[in-house]
Amino acid sequence: MERNNGMNRRKFNTALAAGGALTALAPFGIARAQGGKLKVGVLLPRSGFEALIGQSCQKGADLAPEVIKSMLGVDIEIINADTESNVNTARTRAERLIEEGAHVLVGAFDSGQTVAIAQVAEQRGVPLVVNIAAAPQITEQGYKYVFRNFPTARDLVTNGLSLIGELFQATNIVPRTAVYMHVNDTFGQAMTGGIKAALPHLTQLPFKIVDTIPYDPAARDLSVEVSKAKATNADFLLLVCRLNDAIVLRREMVKQRWSPMGVIDPGSPGIYEEQFAKSLGKYADYCIDNPPWYNPKAELTHVVEAAFKKRNPKEHFVYHGLNIGYTFEAILIAADAFKRAGSTNPKALADAIRATNITQRMCLGGPIKFNAKGQVEGNQSACVQILNGTPKVVLPSYAAEAKPVFPWPEYKSA
Amino acid sequence: MSASLIANVVIAGVLTGLVYGLMALGLSVIFGVVRVVNFAHGEMMTIAMYAAVLLFGAFKLDPLLAALPVAALFFGLGYALQAGLINPFITRPEHSQFILLVAVATILTNVLLMVFGPDARNVQTDYMLDSWAIGQVLFDKARVFAALAALATAAGLFTFFRYSRTGTAIRACADNHLGALIVGLNVKHLYALTFGLGAACVAVAGCIMTLLVEVAPSVGPGYTLLGFVIVIVGGLGSMLGALLGGVLIGVSEALAGLFIDPSAKSMFSFGLLILVLLLRPQGLLGRKP
Amino acid sequence: MSREARVGALLALLAAALVALPLAANSYFLSVATLVLYFAYTGQAWNVMMGFAGQLSLGHALYVGLGAYAAAALFTQFGIGPWAGMWLAMALCVAAGVAIGFLAFRFGISGVYFALLTIAFAEFTRIGFDHIGWLGGPGGLFLKVEAHKTTDLANLRGGQTMFYYVMLALAAGAFALCAWLLRSRAGYYWRAIREDEEAARALGINTFRWKLLAVAISAAMTSLAGVFFAFYYNNLFPEQIFHISQSIEIILGPIVGGVGTLFGPILGAAMLTALADALNNLVAAMGWDIPGVKQVFYGVILLLVVMFVPNGIWPPIAKRLGLGRGG
Repeated sequence: MERNNGMNRRKFNTALAAGGALTALAPFGIARAQGGKLKVGVLLPRSGFEALIGQSCQKGADLAPEVIKSMLGVDIEIINADTESNVNTARTRAERLIEEGAHVLVGAFDSGQTVAIAQVAEQRGVPLVVNIAAAPQITEQGYKYVFRNFPTARDLVTNGLSLIGELFQATNIVPRTAVYMHVNDTFGQAMTGGIKAALPHLTQLPFKIVDTIPYDPAARDLSVEVSKAKATNADFLLLVCRLNDAIVLRREMVKQRWSPMGVIDPGSPGIYEEQFAKSLGKYADYCIDNPPWYNPKAELTHVVEAAFKKRNPKEHFVYHGLNIGYTFEAILIAADAFKRAGSTNPKALADAIRATNITQRMCLGGPIKFNAKGQVEGNQSACVQILNGTPKVVLPSYAAEAKPVFPWPEYKSA
Repeated sequence: MSASLIANVVIAGVLTGLVYGLMALGLSVIFGVVRVVNFAHGEMMTIAMYAAVLLFGAFKLDPLLAALPVAALFFGLGYALQAGLINPFITRPEHSQFILLVAVATILTNVLLMVFGPDARNVQTDYMLDSWAIGQVLFDKARVFAALAALATAAGLFTFFRYSRTGTAIRACADNHLGALIVGLNVKHLYALTFGLGAACVAVAGCIMTLLVEVAPSVGPGYTLLGFVIVIVGGLGSMLGALLGGVLIGVSEALAGLFIDPSAKSMFSFGLLILVLLLRPQGLLGRKP
Repeated sequence: MSREARVGALLALLAAALVALPLAANSYFLSVATLVLYFAYTGQAWNVMMGFAGQLSLGHALYVGLGAYAAAALFTQFGIGPWAGMWLAMALCVAAGVAIGFLAFRFGISGVYFALLTIAFAEFTRIGFDHIGWLGGPGGLFLKVEAHKTTDLANLRGGQTMFYYVMLALAAGAFALCAWLLRSRAGYYWRAIREDEEAARALGINTFRWKLLAVAISAAMTSLAGVFFAFYYNNLFPEQIFHISQSIEIILGPIVGGVGTLFGPILGAAMLTALADALNNLVAAMGWDIPGVKQVFYGVILLLVVMFVPNGIWPPIAKRLGLGRGG
């Protein structure tokens, strides 16, 4: 039976509704600010299941205004929005940012959310510069306002695989077999398709994949999968993973005393992240990942790293470099276009972005130039190996900080 | 597919299954007695895991030892939660209970996110990566200790419910609520006690679990679902059923992963849940609902 | 003014306001309004099963997902538009719903066990779709979107305004359908079943058949939300669309608004969506840029509502407005 405090309840409800309506309607009075500042709306998953990477990318957005001011002399203002790892929220937040006067959008790490935002951007005629998202479809829709400075899944796979070939050449080792384990999510699936397509053509990769073992990203226990992989007696483990399962897997390998030539990841996240080295200690060493990466020797990298150290004195740049690099570059693209266009008019900005040609970069690859589909071709990956608990670039040689070690020391040939 | 491979997989399944069983035990006790569908169960376990991680970080306290103070704490919290918040909801319709606990779960998960951030944490005891080998068969040390701790806790709980006066009183409440009231049992207190015990149980499970997995704010819901699958399969209200259910799920998932597709092994568990719900809702050892 | 006239006047006012909204509101507000209508619609659909027939479904995302994938598959593989595709979507979902309902009711599953059964089916399907390669698997199914400034209603391609009106039409249709159902014979039987199923059976009502009908209608309605979802967001991932969090989002509106009432789901959806958005803006304005803060507030308010307004927000408001319960 309802308690008889109807007055309180109703008051509560009315107050709540009024407050809600007020706060929701309030900002509609905001006039679009004109003037010499570029407003960049940054959409990232800072809560929800993608929070870790989202917050990492956010660090790149936070330091951008200061670095860009000193580089280009333009003023930019960052307006942040949390997509909450959720496509509904991503869409409304994008609309909201545009309403608040954002001249250009940057985001959003997750392919699904990025597609939703891209539609809004295209509809409203506001340029979107994608910082990180690998689904090829994002730049296949014929959009005029969507730009991406990040390799598509196909390019990612090809780059990652050819780096494996370079690795074998550099260390003079030719493994004959590999067991391929992959997490059954977007990344894993894209990688698998790419590997199937690319592997037969890459002749410097003479190894055969003897077994493919997909696993559930939510799996708490990977002992079965590792047992299966160990039973194949393959020369090395080709692994596509996420952070948490990478840690669980490596631990299982130790527990089950499985020591192949090494663990090589063609480019998914996980191995190069901070928690991997922290959780595994010495067992993280010698694991290899080939993600798109930043150039540790580039001038711009030093500048960004200095700004990062100022704001995050307790953090290690190397673990965030990739996320920061691409997020920063996305904002850089917007600022650079703003400088050339000389206005915040979205169409002018979009045209300026289309004509971008930035050679002074932080990330590995050729100059930032968009093709007809709004995609940058020529972004490169690096072969990153954990040495002494820190990820170090070992290939390509012009960006290398150390020499690759393969097979890893604890491997005993059978 | 060698015999040693199958043996290894089954053993790992049994050991891990026992820990899952302990977690489900807490749920079974709560559901079986208080009749509340605790959809915040996984989140409660997550908090216990964080507690174990913190204690390890601060005092290098082995999670198996940390389980004692954490369990005591959770007993008190569980008691308070039941007496304070949940009690009025026992007679409410299920969807209200569900939303209440979903709200609690949301709050807990996001407070954890705010306090600890999204990074996964873990403990690193010395023996965590060791294993004993008997021929080709490997016994993971951490898993063995975890399983033993789970069994010990379950045994303790079982003894309490079977042989102590309070335990008997609680079982009476569960069997016949009205009868218990008539006989003069303080049902409200007993319910709160039970919830406290269930919470303590899941706290121990959480501490043990840190030996095996990492903890992040988002791991809760997965464990809640797992808990329900085990409780249904094992049988509501049966403690042995919860343990057996845990082992069954652990082994069947392991075997499904071995012989079929590892990424679809959860499908197997849900399929099993569907079959059990339809054909034998009382599960392996439960009473007929 | 008689009660009927009051209800009529209120409805007319609401309808006029909703239809005229795009004239006054900007694209952001419209996108939020579309979301409100979406959750009002799915909440209404779920309410048929729960509020009318008393069957708690915690796996309603199953129907959203099946509907979405059915329509999307037809579009991407055969170029068949959503207006034709929706029939397959509905048929598929009705089949699924009837299958689940049949199994459950034949075996006498009810209450919490039934709820867990619905969760199990949704999870089973989620993992299953992760393994269906030709539908994209975990990598997702993307619908091709052409850049356009014109509205193509036949293929549901257009701006925010178009989607708003489509959702408005769906929500209005659902409201009308539920109003009619409540007053029909089905409505009376359902109410009897919900109050006391055994007594209803004793009266000679074929509870099995009527419960199954509720499930079928609910599933069919929800499938259309899935079709909308597919063409609005243009990408589908099994992990997201079948996820239990989707199922929970669907039921929040009707539970907060008032299970079994007509206006409950609408009011609940409106309140919750507005609340979520207001909290976002509030948190941003206060500078509390800590991820998770908004969800904590949201959870607390949800908790308070469930604790103090157990039958939902609409019944007391309805009483105040002199509309009586269930109006």
